Amino acid sequence: MEYRTVDEEFFEELEDVLIAADVGVNTVMELTDELREEALRQNIKKPKDLQPLISEKLAQLLIKSEEETSLNMQPDGELTVFLFVGVNGVGKTTTIGKMAHQLKAEGKKVMLAAGDTFRAGAIEQLEEWGKRSGVDVIKQQAGSDPAAVMYDAVQSAKSKGADVLLCDTAGRLQNKVNLMNELEKVKRVLTREIPSAPHEVLLVLDATTGQNALSQAKTFGEATDVTGIILTKLDGTAKGGIVMAIRNDLDIPVKYVGLGEGLDDLQKFDPDQYVHGLFADVIEEAE
Amino acid sequence: MAFESLAERLQGTMDRMKGRGKVNEDDVKDMMREVRLALLEADVNFKVVKQFVKDVRERAVGQEVMESLTPGQQVIKVVNEELTKLMGGEQVKINTASRPPTVVMMVGLQGAGKTTTTGKLALHLRKKHNRKPLMAAADIYRPAAIDQLETLGKQLDMPVFSMGNQVNPVEIATKAVEQAKEDNHDYVIVDTAGRLHVDDNLMDELDQIKAAVNPDEVLLVVDAMTGQDAVNVAETFHERLGITGIVMTKLDGDTRGGAAISVKAVTGQPIKFAGMGEKTDALEPFHPERMASRILGM
Ligand SMILES: Nc1nc2c(ncn2[C@@H]2O[C@H](COP(=O)(O)OP(=O)(O)OP(=O)(O)O)[C@@H](O)[C@H]2O)c(=O)[nH]1
Ligand SMILES: Nc1nc2c(ncn2[C@@H]2O[C@H](COP(=O)(O)OP(=O)(O)OP(=O)(O)O)[C@@H](O)[C@H]2O)c(=O)[nH]1
Ligand SMILES: [K+]
Ligand SMILES: [Mg+2]
Ligand SMILES: [Mg+2]
Repeated sequence: MEYRTVDEEFFEELEDVLIAADVGVNTVMELTDELREEALRQNIKKPKDLQPLISEKLAQLLIKSEEETSLNMQPDGELTVFLFVGVNGVGKTTTIGKMAHQLKAEGKKVMLAAGDTFRAGAIEQLEEWGKRSGVDVIKQQAGSDPAAVMYDAVQSAKSKGADVLLCDTAGRLQNKVNLMNELEKVKRVLTREIPSAPHEVLLVLDATTGQNALSQAKTFGEATDVTGIILTKLDGTAKGGIVMAIRNDLDIPVKYVGLGEGLDDLQKFDPDQYVHGLFADVIEEAE
Repeated sequence: MAFESLAERLQGTMDRMKGRGKVNEDDVKDMMREVRLALLEADVNFKVVKQFVKDVRERAVGQEVMESLTPGQQVIKVVNEELTKLMGGEQVKINTASRPPTVVMMVGLQGAGKTTTTGKLALHLRKKHNRKPLMAAADIYRPAAIDQLETLGKQLDMPVFSMGNQVNPVEIATKAVEQAKEDNHDYVIVDTAGRLHVDDNLMDELDQIKAAVNPDEVLLVVDAMTGQDAVNVAETFHERLGITGIVMTKLDGDTRGGAAISVKAVTGQPIKFAGMGEKTDALEPFHPERMASRILGM
């Protein structure tokens, strides 16, 4: 009996920790119910003994195989195209800068497409990232048609023999139907020029975002067939736990995480490390 | 993924009670559980929710709900009233200095909407208050932050004070205020770089800017989509700087926006404006009662 009460308290605390990490109530309830059963089945009495089980379970939910975090690169000699999408201010442009730097370091010839022709200073921002990472930016004037920019960029990347083209788009809220249509058109242009493109559609999510991220993943997913998530701003105190609900409901994997504003602050998603981060506070308390 | 409104959530309890006539303590408990879930789904911070549910329960177990013929509606009414109260009840306007220029500092996390709101606020002051604002570019870190503000200035035909990105932001802000005095601007809006609340060096920089220009208004810009972390952010910014108001941005989205409750609850400062779009005219005075209804999905 004594252990039971400890367990229940533990589960309540666990619920709080997960909710505080933005995992989302429904997913939290599902997870803790499963864990309650598991604890009963395996006759686990001490919270300490349950901890590894929890971590393992969460990590398994997040990543089902190693390949999920890798980027879909085309064979040598063929152009790989990645499209970056997401709501306003999440870190699309910055992530493109970081990824360009990484791919270049791997010896790839990288080019950037300035597909945000709307927001003030967006083209200049991408150009600055181009300078920092030492790659070329294909652009048109502010206010021009983003689909036309993409067409241009693909032609240019092909003719210059680029390996990878990273396409920036303007931030847009998922409930803006006309802007989502515009994004579909941008994607269609890429597919028309290269039938297998875009080879990744990367949804950039800000880790500080709450439950709305689920709606973002759903709507952007429907519009553009998102292939992976990049979770930015994990260098703060926000945990971005909503990716767990997204995985649970929509099965979209996290591929990369953003850990700062510098060129080197982009890392492959590591589920074990991520889950450890989720519980860092609880584990510290318990120790 | 549309979340259930509180009304939908309470329907289950109501259906179960049908024919029984009277509400008992267990029903109230069930209803409070639904209130809790609805608020969590709306991103209200879980600690704020705990306290809030406790307060509402006290009212709910009283006559108001227990003896009502429509207990579900009554609970919604109580929750709505309490939420509105928690958010400050009335609309609060932007501060004005007794001796111009009024200095406004925009602060917040990366990408929250500070620069865009700087432009919007300048336009709002000119259009609605007949003022002559100066915008100051004190973000020297983000690539093309100055270009962004200058582009907004051109779009609005509004002056932007800038010294490039090789000068300390404290000096930029100081010189901007001097310039404003010289040119008879009655408002100076200082756009600062986005930063994490846990970044001591950059938080310190804000302290220094504040000490140098003695702002009449320090506006914390908060993305309405922010989740549970909103309290940590608001708490730290408030502790470090003593914010005087909040701007919730991106409320044109489909987020419930429960972060509004959290930031108000932990800082006690009023939410003054709502960002309703990317364009420069998409800034509105914030209405607490509308926000309460939105959070509840009404
Ligand atoms: N701390 C931190 N800041 C980041 C990270 N990624 C991006 N940022 C910052 O977030 C802000 C917004 O980043 P952008 O790259 O402009 O975001 P965006 O999605 O392109 O924005 P829009 O094009 O306006 O929709 C900038 O200040 C970036 O420096 C990250 O991983 N950590
Ligand atoms: N839909 C919508 N977008 C907004 C709103 N306010 C700002 N944005 C967008 O959010 C993104 C970020 O806005 P910025 O003004 O650059 O944010 P910031 O806080 O200055 O960013 P940093 O300087 O990088 O910290 C841009 O794409 C803006 O257009 C709003 O109320 N609604
Ligand atoms: K944000
Ligand atoms: Mg961008
Ligand atoms: Mg800015």
